[in-house]
Amino acid sequence: MSLHAAIHAKSFGALPVLRDVMFQVRRGEVLAVLGPSGVGKSTLLRLLAGLDADFTGEIRREGRLAMVFQEPTLMPWRTALDNLRLTAGVDATQAQAALARVGLAGKGGMYPGQLSLGQQRRLSLARAYAAKPAILLLDEPFVSLDTALVTDMLALTESVIAEQRPATVFVTHAQAEADRLATRQMMLGALA
Amino acid sequence: MALSDTARLTSGQSAIPPPRALPNWVVRGLSLSGLLVFWWGLSWLKADPMVLPGPQIVLPRLGAEAMSGALWHHLGATLWRVVQAFVAAMSLGLVLGILMGLMPRLNRWLDPWLVFFLNLPALVVIVLCFLWIGLNETAAIVAVAINKIPLVTAMLREGARALNGQLADMAQVFGMTRMARLRHILLPQLAPHLASTARSGLSLIWKIVLVVEFLGRGQGVGFKIHLHFQMFDVTMVMVYALSFIGVMLAIETLVLQPLEARARRWREA
Repeated sequence: MSLHAAIHAKSFGALPVLRDVMFQVRRGEVLAVLGPSGVGKSTLLRLLAGLDADFTGEIRREGRLAMVFQEPTLMPWRTALDNLRLTAGVDATQAQAALARVGLAGKGGMYPGQLSLGQQRRLSLARAYAAKPAILLLDEPFVSLDTALVTDMLALTESVIAEQRPATVFVTHAQAEADRLATRQMMLGALA
Repeated sequence: MALSDTARLTSGQSAIPPPRALPNWVVRGLSLSGLLVFWWGLSWLKADPMVLPGPQIVLPRLGAEAMSGALWHHLGATLWRVVQAFVAAMSLGLVLGILMGLMPRLNRWLDPWLVFFLNLPALVVIVLCFLWIGLNETAAIVAVAINKIPLVTAMLREGARALNGQLADMAQVFGMTRMARLRHILLPQLAPHLASTARSGLSLIWKIVLVVEFLGRGQGVGFKIHLHFQMFDVTMVMVYALSFIGVMLAIETLVLQPLEARARRWREA
């Protein structure tokens, strides 16, 4: 088991957001978390990532963590290669290999601002790939992309997950994306 | 991308020249020559070298003072005080500004202090430091640093408030070390604020150093200006003022601008 979550309660002040969310994700499994916007999907992911420790319950993570955010979230003042080296902790050769894996071979010396949005998304995926994570968190990584790019990125993400087999949690509001990537699905509903 | 856009907006200091415009150094040279001509014109109109000596009187005296070595001795003393006060004010102000920018609760408690020290007149701080610490080098440096720290703090607090939270999250998720976060996440975002703070800091600090030297030191540009002021030697007052402005122009051109260009490289790539 790589990721074990037992969240009893999470609230922002007096406003409860999550209650009794329990699951485990093993390596090779992809859990899709679905639900309407504002229901707490991103909050759940922040708890899983360890970015928010203010909740009751327990989250156990085993092994290296990587995340693909809604925005590419790159360091614009560092080259594509350095964006991988400095975050995933890999050497230049491994970083080059990760760039090639997502179709960015030869772009290592470019700054994120010189890349198209699609290429920035690929770079963000390459960063997670280079980290060889045991746990991979995807926070609506295909939102606000045009259809062709979504198809493209879905295929790439699918093959990367199949190759490295991390325990994956995939937050999305698109049922089709969940059907494509996930081995299990979980629906978050609004708290009464 | 949103981040690079905001960074572009905050950079703003020296704009890229439009195509086919004169190179920057030519414009700078012509502009300074214009100032020289303006000065010469004023002195010609006044026609009294005791009150306003022209460049043709001041520049030879500057040369003589430089040849005698006295100029370098006093410039060096002032520059050394500027450097010490600058380093002290920048590092303390940087830490305070980042802490206040990132911690709203600390900011609530320290903000009134900041307003207090921002409005404390430089002259009062200098006089009090000389009275409390004594007429010595420590008092001089402390007085200048105290004058500058609140300004650095206020400017870097703004920078810290504008930090990108998503990048901080990313750094944490990927387990970047504290040192790596400082170098690759924090400082690049603060670079435009650091550059403008350094620039305004240097120009303010050397002016305060001069007042400190004027009031209570036995060497330095401010001391020499005081000396020649008492003898009503306007020419020598201008010799020392001009030479230190020259030093500051050199620092701006040879140190600050190249550093800024390096920090800005990614935006222009």
